[in-house]
Amino acid sequence: MTQHFLNSIFNENLALSFFLGICTFLAVSKRMETAIGVGLAVIAIQTVTVPINHLLYTFLLGKGALTWAGLADTDLSFLRLISFIGVIAATVQILEMVLDRYAPALFRALGIFLPLITVNCAILGGSLFMVERRYTLAESTVYGFGSGIGWALAIVGLAAIRERLKYSDIPEALQGLGVAFIVSGLMSMSFSAFARM
Amino acid sequence: MTRHIELVVRPIIDSNPITLQILGICSALAVTTSLSTALTMCAALTVVLMFANGIISLIRNHIPPAIRLIIQITIVASLVIVIDQILRAYAFELSQRLSIFVGLIVTNCIVLGRIEAFAMRNAVWPSVLDGLGNGIGYSVILATVASIRELLGTGTLLGYTILTTVRDGGWFEPLGFMLLAPSAFFIIGLLIWLVRSLKPSQIEQSEFRDLAQGKEMRS
Repeated sequence: MTQHFLNSIFNENLALSFFLGICTFLAVSKRMETAIGVGLAVIAIQTVTVPINHLLYTFLLGKGALTWAGLADTDLSFLRLISFIGVIAATVQILEMVLDRYAPALFRALGIFLPLITVNCAILGGSLFMVERRYTLAESTVYGFGSGIGWALAIVGLAAIRERLKYSDIPEALQGLGVAFIVSGLMSMSFSAFARM
Repeated sequence: MTRHIELVVRPIIDSNPITLQILGICSALAVTTSLSTALTMCAALTVVLMFANGIISLIRNHIPPAIRLIIQITIVASLVIVIDQILRAYAFELSQRLSIFVGLIVTNCIVLGRIEAFAMRNAVWPSVLDGLGNGIGYSVILATVASIRELLGTGTLLGYTILTTVRDGGWFEPLGFMLLAPSAFFIIGLLIWLVRSLKPSQIEQSEFRDLAQGKEMRS
């Protein structure tokens, strides 16, 4: 299980080896504080939604999942895209309300990033990978948490590097987006060095 | 008529969704290890984009603003499910290689971005053309990256062996590297460098340089 956890953080890093959530990854990594905010939001949502979607898939959508209701032949797995998006959007909404009520300080810090998370492909991608790789409930929970941490680690690292890069002399046409891609490539190489950990 | 042509042509280089607006790279780069998967992905995205733009534009005056995101996502998701099922039925092996990435078109920022920015405010036909243009803009970048990666990574294109003289590019010693994730980042970075060298208007201003020139820094 530890192996599985480390694997989901480094070797199978959602941002750096599967290119998931790259839009957000590049757009909000200009400053350290915002990067940490988004990173925390992704960890929270990912840890909650992957297990929920696992339960949803096992007991409602998958092939033979409706056996308990006497519908053994029904296969609703084509509905998983819509259902997963619904679960993610609802979770984000609920988390927003809970944070607003019980942790207003954290809500203010994360507030603007939470809605952004709904359309982050890393979140939907995590749930789809969970289905494709047939994880058990325990594995899904670990995978959700691990992949969230991996994504957060990558964006915080990129933000730290980009803050430094502001003061370096980069060819004009490469500035901003271009150099961010090159840095992500280098980070992706260093993350894959952990492959055999 | 010229306006219609411009709608299709402009997003290809001038306002390319990937190199200028950083939209939609999310689900894209992972499928660029071979040209055939990349082209399938491009076709899928372009079709979804055209239909989604068209449908949203048709009902744009009847969508209550408060729930527009949910409506948009539901329509896009239904289109993607249809495409996914068609691929499974007629090109099963390709759909296995594309794994989850066809499904991820739902959260592709180009689709939602174009719906929000264009289809919500324009008539049906221009919206469809805008979808086509952006689809092609996305496809051009994706196909370029995929050709480079497949050619340098395996020496083939679309599965046909191409003469290996192309591989002379010195520092590419271990060519297997082109099939790994980091190479996609590098290629996109260099492509952006190229496009922006040709089109200087797309260059981003450096905050530090503004400061050095005595302008106020945006904080």
